[in-house]
Amino acid sequence: MSNLSFKDLKTTMQSGYLPYLLAGAHVLIGTILVYLNQRSIIAFLVLLSSFFSLYRIKADMRYKLFIGAVLALIIIPVLGVRNIFYLEVIFQISVFSALALGLNIVVGFAGLLDLGYVAFYAVGAYLWAFFGSKQFYTLPYTPGSQPTDLPFLLPSDMFYLFIFLAVIVAAITGILLGLPVLRVRGDYLAIVTLGFGEVIRVLAANLDKPLNFTNGPQGITPIQRPPMPQSVVDGFNAIFGKLVGHQADVSALYNVMFYLMALGIIVIIIIVSRRLEDSKIGRAWAAVREDETAAIAMGIPLVKTKLSAFAAGASFAGAMGVLLAASRTFISPESFSFMQSIGVLAMVILGGQGSIPGAVLGAATITILNLQVLQGLSLYLSQLRQSDAVIPIINFAWKNLSSQLDPAQYQRMIFGLILVLMMVFRPEGILPAQRRIKKLASESAPNKE
Amino acid sequence: MKKYLKPINLMELLRPLGQLIVFSLGSAAVLSIIVLALAIVLNNTAAGDKIFAQLKVSLFAYTVANLPQVLVDGLTLGFVYAAIALGYTMVYGVLEFINFAHSEIFAIGAFVGVEILIALQNAGLIGSGSSLFMDYVFLILAMLAGMAVAGGAAIAMERIAYRPLRNAPRLVPLISAIGVSFFLQDAIRLTESLTTGQFNRIFPTFGNFDKRITFGKIPMGAAELPFSVPIKSFIVIIAAVLMLVVLNYLVNATKVGKAIRAVAQDRATASLMGIDVNHIIAITFLIGGALGGAAGLLYALKFTRIDPYVGFYPGLKAFTAAVLGGIGNLTGALLGGIILGLLETFAGSYLSIFTMGAAGVEYKDIFAFAILILVLIFRPNGLLGENVTEKV
Amino acid sequence: MFKRSFAFLSLLVIASIALTACGSSTPATQAADSGSPATSGNVIKIASQSPLSGDQSVIGVDIKNGAQLAIDQLSGPLKDMGFTIQLAPYDDMANPDNGVANAKQIVADPAIMCVDGHYNSGVQIPSSEVYHSAGLANVSPANTNPTVTTRGYAEVNRIVGRDDVQGVVGADFAASKGVKSVYVMHDKTAYGQGIAEFFQQEAKAKGLEVLGFEGTEEKANFDPIITSIIAANPEAVYFGGMFSQAAVMFKQARDRGYEGMFISDDGFDSSDAAKIAGDTLMAGAGTFYSTVSGPAAAYADTAKFVTDFKAAFNHDPQPFAAQSYDSAAICLAAIQNAIKANNNQMPTREAVAKAVRELKDFKGITGVYNFNSIGDPVVAKYFVIQVMSGDPAQWSANEIVQTLDIAPPAP
Repeated sequence: MSNLSFKDLKTTMQSGYLPYLLAGAHVLIGTILVYLNQRSIIAFLVLLSSFFSLYRIKADMRYKLFIGAVLALIIIPVLGVRNIFYLEVIFQISVFSALALGLNIVVGFAGLLDLGYVAFYAVGAYLWAFFGSKQFYTLPYTPGSQPTDLPFLLPSDMFYLFIFLAVIVAAITGILLGLPVLRVRGDYLAIVTLGFGEVIRVLAANLDKPLNFTNGPQGITPIQRPPMPQSVVDGFNAIFGKLVGHQADVSALYNVMFYLMALGIIVIIIIVSRRLEDSKIGRAWAAVREDETAAIAMGIPLVKTKLSAFAAGASFAGAMGVLLAASRTFISPESFSFMQSIGVLAMVILGGQGSIPGAVLGAATITILNLQVLQGLSLYLSQLRQSDAVIPIINFAWKNLSSQLDPAQYQRMIFGLILVLMMVFRPEGILPAQRRIKKLASESAPNKE
Repeated sequence: MKKYLKPINLMELLRPLGQLIVFSLGSAAVLSIIVLALAIVLNNTAAGDKIFAQLKVSLFAYTVANLPQVLVDGLTLGFVYAAIALGYTMVYGVLEFINFAHSEIFAIGAFVGVEILIALQNAGLIGSGSSLFMDYVFLILAMLAGMAVAGGAAIAMERIAYRPLRNAPRLVPLISAIGVSFFLQDAIRLTESLTTGQFNRIFPTFGNFDKRITFGKIPMGAAELPFSVPIKSFIVIIAAVLMLVVLNYLVNATKVGKAIRAVAQDRATASLMGIDVNHIIAITFLIGGALGGAAGLLYALKFTRIDPYVGFYPGLKAFTAAVLGGIGNLTGALLGGIILGLLETFAGSYLSIFTMGAAGVEYKDIFAFAILILVLIFRPNGLLGENVTEKV
Repeated sequence: MFKRSFAFLSLLVIASIALTACGSSTPATQAADSGSPATSGNVIKIASQSPLSGDQSVIGVDIKNGAQLAIDQLSGPLKDMGFTIQLAPYDDMANPDNGVANAKQIVADPAIMCVDGHYNSGVQIPSSEVYHSAGLANVSPANTNPTVTTRGYAEVNRIVGRDDVQGVVGADFAASKGVKSVYVMHDKTAYGQGIAEFFQQEAKAKGLEVLGFEGTEEKANFDPIITSIIAANPEAVYFGGMFSQAAVMFKQARDRGYEGMFISDDGFDSSDAAKIAGDTLMAGAGTFYSTVSGPAAAYADTAKFVTDFKAAFNHDPQPFAAQSYDSAAICLAAIQNAIKANNNQMPTREAVAKAVRELKDFKGITGVYNFNSIGDPVVAKYFVIQVMSGDPAQWSANEIVQTLDIAPPAP
């Protein structure tokens, strides 16, 4: 019964001018909350969730885009410079969203399970790390023994060129990987891609001899960032200085710049994904995903279809790799472990395979969970443990709580639990792709006896 | 009562033994020939000169002198992989999905077994002064306990995380399995840190497992290389062979095995034939889990140290082995395990010498994966996998 | 259908409970910042960053625990001055992404005055860029990679020796023992490989023959490498890396009949090494390791630390727990000095960072520390220690065979 009234409420909320007001209010409240409580996690989540409510309301597309753009391009950078942690969180959400969107093409659209996706990310990162640092001149030296006064190989503004180069190189890597494994189906593909991911990581850790390409486990540093003219810093301070409350420095503006770049790449990926999904090749992917045998029978070129999926997915990861290398100024093989691949895959599945907003939401959820929620929870517990607080009713002093029961120590356990619960109760993801909903509905219908 | 009195199908007991011998000898022979041929080719190159300058022997003599030890080490490792791979392949054969959490089942078996042995050692029942017979009895008991707990965990895992997903798209149970895997890793860690407070658990020193049986010395130039095999390697090999034979018998010559095969072939039809599919799947997990648990203790025995994340790499390798041999195929898991173990040991022992230090032991895993990819190009379903037509 | 949506709803409820729980942390944190009556007085926090989850958490958790113990034991004087000291433990998951994000969160918390952190150099290097830009002091308990300090940041210090020093100590020791040939191994981490590379360089310079140089991530099966070692028959085997690999490898090599000398680095200094390898460490030419933290015989405080640590956390301290204790202690001492210099007022971060660099002869449990202009300990005492017993309980009875005072390379 209550379900019905909830539905009524939903319909009223989605009609007339109300949705415009609600979404606008959500953005406004979020902004004010974050502005007033600089370090409150809840406030930040309210602000971030306003993207979601913008997405869900029934409103004019132009209104949504306008508010979204104001939120992403002005409000978040300004609030982010106030507290650079937020900027980092949103930057990582953007990076992982881009990765998830790329993987979504491979896994969600074409149905090819890729457990080594992070390899393409590594290819992009190492590409700029090699050419954008002094590494070229250290080729003959063993790690640690190179002289300190080496020059950089390329000027730093070559960074922009390398974003495009990385797209190409990563796509070629994807094709090279795809070629031999084309004949391999389903789960075999999973292990081959997993192996490939490990191969790239091990190569990164070992190509310090005979010639020192990657500096091995020591990693490459410093890696150049694109130039940032002082006028930009001054301009930002002149316009937003009052709102921020303090003078922004170059490093904070670099954070803003990389965030905006990641955002730009995401927009491109979303547009490309959308167009691809509805194109001929997108339908071919869907056909291969649903039934490979039938797809061949319909005359779909299997080789070309699978290869294009691999290449498209890989290219986006390559671009993000360049961005990562520049934003961190340091790259080492540790960043490209199997756990990362699994993390990105979990984002895609959690959000809903084949669903573009799902991939973004999945990336945001897992990143926030990782960086903020679990971390915040354990910081809170540790603070309680150091205080004299007592749990009221059972009279248990927090001090006596075993430090072994720290939630941050068991992030993987919680992550695993979420994955299992999610799969058991909502296997189609949080925001399932439209096509997939239909499929699941028709599939489960005959099974109900 | 009659079904218990059925004569033992001797053929089914002997067949896997024959296969084992053929596979071991065959792959050992093939790899040895390849390595020896390479050694002859490289003998007169810079690589050969380098080894001569260092050790005063030719590269070929070096390769030959080390070959017996490499073969034995490789086979031992191969049997460990094979024992773990059986669990993957059993589940895959029946459910057609990769049970990612099998590596944690393996770790559970190892932890239970080692904890029991440590407790026995603290109680003074094993270690100095205990009789050899009792040492072996306790080892077997610990292994059985590990198998029981690991099997139970596997059943629970199936019931909670996989059964609700029976009809879901293919990727869904895989993600669930990855989730279970993470959960179990930290669950082991939590249990250990709340009870013993130790992360590294060490297999206690007792019995004569560390003793080596020396088969003599192999001359290499002026030096002599000892060739010896520790008793624990024999235990590992014998236990793995026993497991394989029993499993093979169970699957191919008993009623339960028939039901498992039926469910693997066609779940719907099997259920029409009066087979309780859920029950059979649970049994499959039990068997796979118990094998994994036993493999865990064997691993701890052979390599001494375990930690809550110990399952990941052996699990990955065993999974590779299962795919290499043709996943879903018991014999394939065996062959894949043996080949992978030998390949890794060969690569680890010779790669550095053959490439003059440019690529060393760190490439052994890459080497294994590269071979896997090569095999899959020519045989997309693995070495022994049948080219099954997709069920439409 | 109803069942499913109910289940999903309950999932949401659980999630929201988790969210509220951590949401409530926020007011608490902020109350603390503004000096609420609940905590009475000014709150200063010391952050620790190390892998608390995942497979490197074994050591990471004890880095946190070491810092916790230091704060519990040593914050008395600061308390008397009216300040409350708290630990804010962060989990970097051994992943640079998490490390940098945490660093930015740390920087955004004005109460944090000092960071005790990082286990992985790969995480420390990008994270310390953030500390540097915020002027926040960082004392590293475990990062031996030269790059950590060679960037010349005024905020970044370490109390461990550098790879390029410790590797040299090992090689010099081998040469002094008359070793002619050596086989070098490492664990393919920035730490182990760095030390092994410098060991190799120095060994070659001293005229030792390096018969092999191998890295491996393998944690269990060292058979293939041991085959090569036995064939090459070096007089000593050097392992750059942690005890959990080195001890397993040493045991397996001894079992195979290798009789030469084993040498390792400060990652080997754990009684667990004896638990793994037992009496095999004593056989043949024996086992040695170089370390900057002296054994209990040299520092009575170390023994007390081990006892206290065990009492507080119910297990033996892992490697770098003692160093982390000292890092936190250095933070505390510097904060104290900075407060005094600021007329008993809350100091600025810059003042604390400066105070860390200016500490004179700080006596910790692992040594006496002075920092040079780039944050390396001026003269580190290096010990080469011989394992004297295969019994883990006797680990502290290991004997010093060589003591060296070595300055880091000029900045």
